[in-house]
Amino acid sequence: MKKFEGNILFLDRSDINTDEIIPARYLTEIEKTALKPHLLEDLKLDGFDPKKDIEAASMIVTRANFGCGSSREHAPWALEINGIHAVVAVSFARIFRQNMFNCGMAAIELPEDEINTIFNLFSKDQTRMTVHIEKSEMILESKHQTRTTNFRISDFDRALIQTGGWVGYADQHY
Amino acid sequence: MGKTIAEKIFETHRVDKPFGDVDVLRLDRVFCHEITTPTAIEDLVARGKDRVFDPDKIKVVIDHVSPAKDSKTALQGKILRDWARRHGIQDFFDIGRNGVCHALFPEKGFVRPGFTIIMGDSHTCTHGSFGAFAAGVGTTDLEVGILKGVCAFKAPQTHRIDITGTLRKGVFAKDIILKLIQELTVNGATNRVIEFRGKIVDEMGMDQRMTLCNMAVEAGATCGICLPDRTTVDYLWEFIKDEYPDKETALKAFSAFASDADADYADTKTLDVSDLEPLATYGYKPDNVKPVSEMRGTRIDQVYIGSCTNGRLEDLRIAAKVLEGHTISPHVRGIVSPATPKIYSQAMAEGILKIFMDAGFCVTNPTCGACLGMSNGVLAPGEVAASTTNRNFNGRMGRGGMVHLMSPATAAASAITGEISNSCLFTENQGAGK
Repeated sequence: MKKFEGNILFLDRSDINTDEIIPARYLTEIEKTALKPHLLEDLKLDGFDPKKDIEAASMIVTRANFGCGSSREHAPWALEINGIHAVVAVSFARIFRQNMFNCGMAAIELPEDEINTIFNLFSKDQTRMTVHIEKSEMILESKHQTRTTNFRISDFDRALIQTGGWVGYADQHY
Repeated sequence: MGKTIAEKIFETHRVDKPFGDVDVLRLDRVFCHEITTPTAIEDLVARGKDRVFDPDKIKVVIDHVSPAKDSKTALQGKILRDWARRHGIQDFFDIGRNGVCHALFPEKGFVRPGFTIIMGDSHTCTHGSFGAFAAGVGTTDLEVGILKGVCAFKAPQTHRIDITGTLRKGVFAKDIILKLIQELTVNGATNRVIEFRGKIVDEMGMDQRMTLCNMAVEAGATCGICLPDRTTVDYLWEFIKDEYPDKETALKAFSAFASDADADYADTKTLDVSDLEPLATYGYKPDNVKPVSEMRGTRIDQVYIGSCTNGRLEDLRIAAKVLEGHTISPHVRGIVSPATPKIYSQAMAEGILKIFMDAGFCVTNPTCGACLGMSNGVLAPGEVAASTTNRNFNGRMGRGGMVHLMSPATAAASAITGEISNSCLFTENQGAGK
């Protein structure tokens, strides 16, 4: 049973782009580990401090069109190397979303109302989330409440997570 | 029910449909540059799969940081160069022969109507201007493309945009695409193909069509696409003349891919551009767009003319027309980067580079460099650029820098005045259609 779990980092803005996730000045790195200290370095968001807020996080919950801009897979790699393997949002830019699943990670879309509810109920508290890929179910827990939400991902996306990504899948099938 | 061009390309390239909503396509071209490819190469080597599916279908360029600016970029170039050599990839373009990928590869005749193309670069959608399905992908998709010659896509939903009316003088493809992005918003076309249609597109040359398709991704689109026509055939003729007896036969063959009259579109929109004035962006998103006339007084520190959006010969000609006989404002740094050696050389022959230099511009070699703040014109914090590029994200051209996107005419005019300004090619009080 594939699942992702850990504490949520809430990023309360739409259209967070790949330059904000990992600036182009770090695209000269060949090793993914070199990206680790620079995740979300250029993101200006009230109350967000990348130096403090990323370390405890294993998940991101955010608004619409996350990952817009460049095709750089350095964006999901910078998340991965920081232990963040799932992003939940209203929507994603196509290339970023595909890159996440291609790396065996999850980019999960929820309706805007549900994202609003999650922000309202949980974003002030430390919140832990467990994402069960097979059951298409996520559970959020804070000291005040627990919420279970169902989501939809395609069979292809699920297969990519189960095989650890597109290289493995394509190698088996083509 | 008829089919769209994207649907026809998918049908002729489908090798698998592993799940209902996913098509795995055979690729005609895999384009590679030195920023996103080396990691794919290293991973293939680590997996013991250092192979390429077809060295003739892989085209490679070093363009993002050229010449190398430090040891790290030198290493990226070396990894790409060594890989191209060991796999016998003939079409590898190193310094002296290199140019911005989305200007260079069409110029070399590598793009044809009906092709499927991927590259680890979001502006790969540019090549849709030839009637190809061309999409930017990440490094993993690129890696599988290199190894297997396939890529997975969701079945294309097409948003047809009819661009109609009569364009006013001094208004260009860049202004049209900025207007469209403003109307669609930055994710209005996510997971869709934008099919550019209408009289205005029919009348455009390939340079302007490439500008249009280049920025489709800024509205979230997978690909921007134009139907192949006589203009496409004329552009490609030197590369295809041995394949077809005459241009009419070539056009007929390419037209097989054209969308049917009764094709089913996910959405349609008509954009009448008769009243359109030159536009520029004002914020940190490409859909933050205003008329240039409302941005007067916006002081700038640097003007950049170049990139895969607007670094082609027609762009340089237009900018030179505005610059001729003028010098740029003393507080402005002007940088022009012709997008390929051929464009550079032709601009030199036409006296365009001299006009730029006499005006006070620095003419750099072809490279992506400044557009994404990697080299050749990075901004300092607090500085403002007027730029013909495609992204105005916070920090895009340098941390703390501000980027205003605009056409080459507007950028050239702004260089002269030192603030965002309409060009002399545009008369503000002209009526529509003049």
